[in-house]
Amino acid sequence: MNMRFLKEYRDGNLAREILGEIKKISLKPAKLMEVCGTHTVSIFRHGIRDILPENINLISGPGCPVCVTPNKHIDEAIELCRRPDVVLTTFGDMMKVPGSGSSLAAEKAEGADIRIVYSTMDAVDIARDNPDREVVFFGIGFETTSPTIAAAVLRAEREGVSNFSIVGAQKLIPEAIRALLENNEVGVNGFILPGHVSALIGIEPYRFIASEFGIPAVIIGFEPVDILQGIHMLVKQIEAGEARTEIQYTRGVPPGGNPHAMKILFSVFEPGDALWRGIGSIPGTGLKLKKEYRRFDAVGRFGIEITGDREHPGCRCGDVLRGVKTPLDCGLYGKACIPENPVGPCMVSVEGTCAAYYKYGMRRSG
Amino acid sequence: MCLAVPAKIISVKDSVAEVEIGGVWRAVSLDLVPEAVVDDYVLVHAGFAIQVVDEEEALKTLELFKEIMEHEHEVS
Amino acid sequence: MADRILLAHGSGGKLSHELVRQIFLPVFDNDVLNRLDDRAEIETSGVRLAFTTDSFVVNPPFFAGGDIGKLAVCGTVNDLAMGGADPLFLSAGFIIEEGFPMELLKKIVESMRQTCDESGVKIVCGDTKVVEKGSVDRIFINTSGIGAVPEGVSISGSRAKPGDKVIINGYIGDHGMAVMAQRQGLTFKKDISSDCAPLNGLVKEMLGVTKDIHVLRDPTRGGVATTLNEIAGQSGVGIVLWEETLPIRNQVAAACEILGFDPLYVANEGKVLAVVPADKAGRMLESMKKNRYGTESAVIGEVVSDHPGRVVLATGIGGHRIVDMLVGEQLPRIC
Repeated sequence: MNMRFLKEYRDGNLAREILGEIKKISLKPAKLMEVCGTHTVSIFRHGIRDILPENINLISGPGCPVCVTPNKHIDEAIELCRRPDVVLTTFGDMMKVPGSGSSLAAEKAEGADIRIVYSTMDAVDIARDNPDREVVFFGIGFETTSPTIAAAVLRAEREGVSNFSIVGAQKLIPEAIRALLENNEVGVNGFILPGHVSALIGIEPYRFIASEFGIPAVIIGFEPVDILQGIHMLVKQIEAGEARTEIQYTRGVPPGGNPHAMKILFSVFEPGDALWRGIGSIPGTGLKLKKEYRRFDAVGRFGIEITGDREHPGCRCGDVLRGVKTPLDCGLYGKACIPENPVGPCMVSVEGTCAAYYKYGMRRSG
Repeated sequence: MCLAVPAKIISVKDSVAEVEIGGVWRAVSLDLVPEAVVDDYVLVHAGFAIQVVDEEEALKTLELFKEIMEHEHEVS
Repeated sequence: MADRILLAHGSGGKLSHELVRQIFLPVFDNDVLNRLDDRAEIETSGVRLAFTTDSFVVNPPFFAGGDIGKLAVCGTVNDLAMGGADPLFLSAGFIIEEGFPMELLKKIVESMRQTCDESGVKIVCGDTKVVEKGSVDRIFINTSGIGAVPEGVSISGSRAKPGDKVIINGYIGDHGMAVMAQRQGLTFKKDISSDCAPLNGLVKEMLGVTKDIHVLRDPTRGGVATTLNEIAGQSGVGIVLWEETLPIRNQVAAACEILGFDPLYVANEGKVLAVVPADKAGRMLESMKKNRYGTESAVIGEVVSDHPGRVVLATGIGGHRIVDMLVGEQLPRIC
């Protein structure tokens, strides 16, 4: 029985030692942004905020693929699943997210054929096994997930599965960080960079954070010992007045990432503009199917056109995603917007900042 | 943003690997890490291996902690 | 409230509670029901009776360590036992899809009999309905049960007191993961079986240690987290759990990592959470460990006067976090 590379990084004694080191050297106020929602969840799950010294402040960023998916794409998926010939396949994460007027969970209750898959390959299998249906995969995710979507498209092509297509809503991370920095709203002293996106893209795409903006940035793993060690590395830089891009999560992130996977990704997709909830359109942060794979585009294939998509007027998810506001600053949080009746995606996704705040007990006082 | 767990490759057939983590087995695609072989640890995300775990680096990370701890006890 | 019934309304979490409180309670309103324990306690001609009902729709109907029949008997027996009652008689109602293989029905019925024999109850009345193909998924079973509550026993979700210890009779999440694994294409090196078991024997022995058990509850749907939240809410107390003491099988923990689940929310079918006075906890644990359904029993937390209504987990690295009720169902996730 082995859980190697997991258990030893949850060792409470090691964690406490590193925490002690952090406390010893950390004097300056440090506002650290965890870009990635999986970090947000891990930080709450292990109670890390709770044990850090008060001058270290963790804020959440735009790294929840569910949360940054704008209503337009959710509405597209909903429109598609209403077609009787369509089986919509999706990761479980997207089921409960409200679009402009409905959610996939509500559509399923109304009778739509929506199936939750764990892997894009499961979606291709469903297409192969149901040749008389159109199987659409709702493609969300960052650089970690997008190569798996590209691999599924390639397999569908190779095996002649012609009833498979995707709604492409995937995004690329580094340029989104640049957009945040150029907006200059947040005043971050250090970045906790996403370990698993980086396992694919490596360290190079983030160099600009230190070299152009003078902000320390460390690629960090997801276990408590990783996170604390990464924070220690960031604090060391901050206290020394330095700015470098470093890797803490060396066991999963070679400096060059996974070039083979990236090659697969960019053989099927090419960079395009992407609409980010709360941030708007950022050039070069989206992925669109290359011309020779355009037939896998569900929105084009079925002539779906979304017009009246709208976001909830009071919802502050956008500001939360940019790290400008915390959920506690939102008038809906914990009142009109709760996990069992979410208004915005940040309250739905397990790794949404609002959901994490709510679930792990950050309530407004009084 | 992305869950991935380290799992050990038990067997490989046609770029699909049987992997094990903590006594649980699952089939995962090796399309993204074709170089991975039996006994390698890979990070598994959404049914795909996305990276081979570097065991040497993994140990180094833990060693570093130990150094901190030992240093700690020398000082105190 | 949603204008349609969603799957999450049946998951045992927050929406289920909302459904009960907003749709059923105001209409059926009476003081027995309003107590919201897992069973009703009725006193008639000087005899204290416990009465409960439960329906079973598990998919798949056969799983490692059990089947829908065993589950249907255990579920109702356990609901009675959680009040300290001696389960006596059960009813069984079957809703079967046309075309269901007779062979499988026989297996289910046989498994129900075996479980009845073990727990010392009899199925004394029943009903069968067959519906058109597609109207139900293979087979659904409802069981109701009656038991007798012994003298001097007063167990309720509202009796947890600061200082009490929280004990569980073994590994968390086995049932939910055994069922989920089958659906998710996970296989186990050493099979994980459902923990599905009748617990009335264990409870009887526990009452032999002391009749002063404050709360017993079986953490089924919604898992340990949801059940402890119910207890904290009903008793107006806080509960602290110690992460490092939670008994979780390696394989269940690993499957949870893969699917992105939290074991505290995974269903159990043979577990009991006991809240007992601190001075009885040691002897209670000792006694529980001697029972075949309690060998891995552990003290996992305590009742406190702080943060009433909330459950807090002390994490392995020295942090704290709130453990809320389950919202919706847990779905396999990638992020």
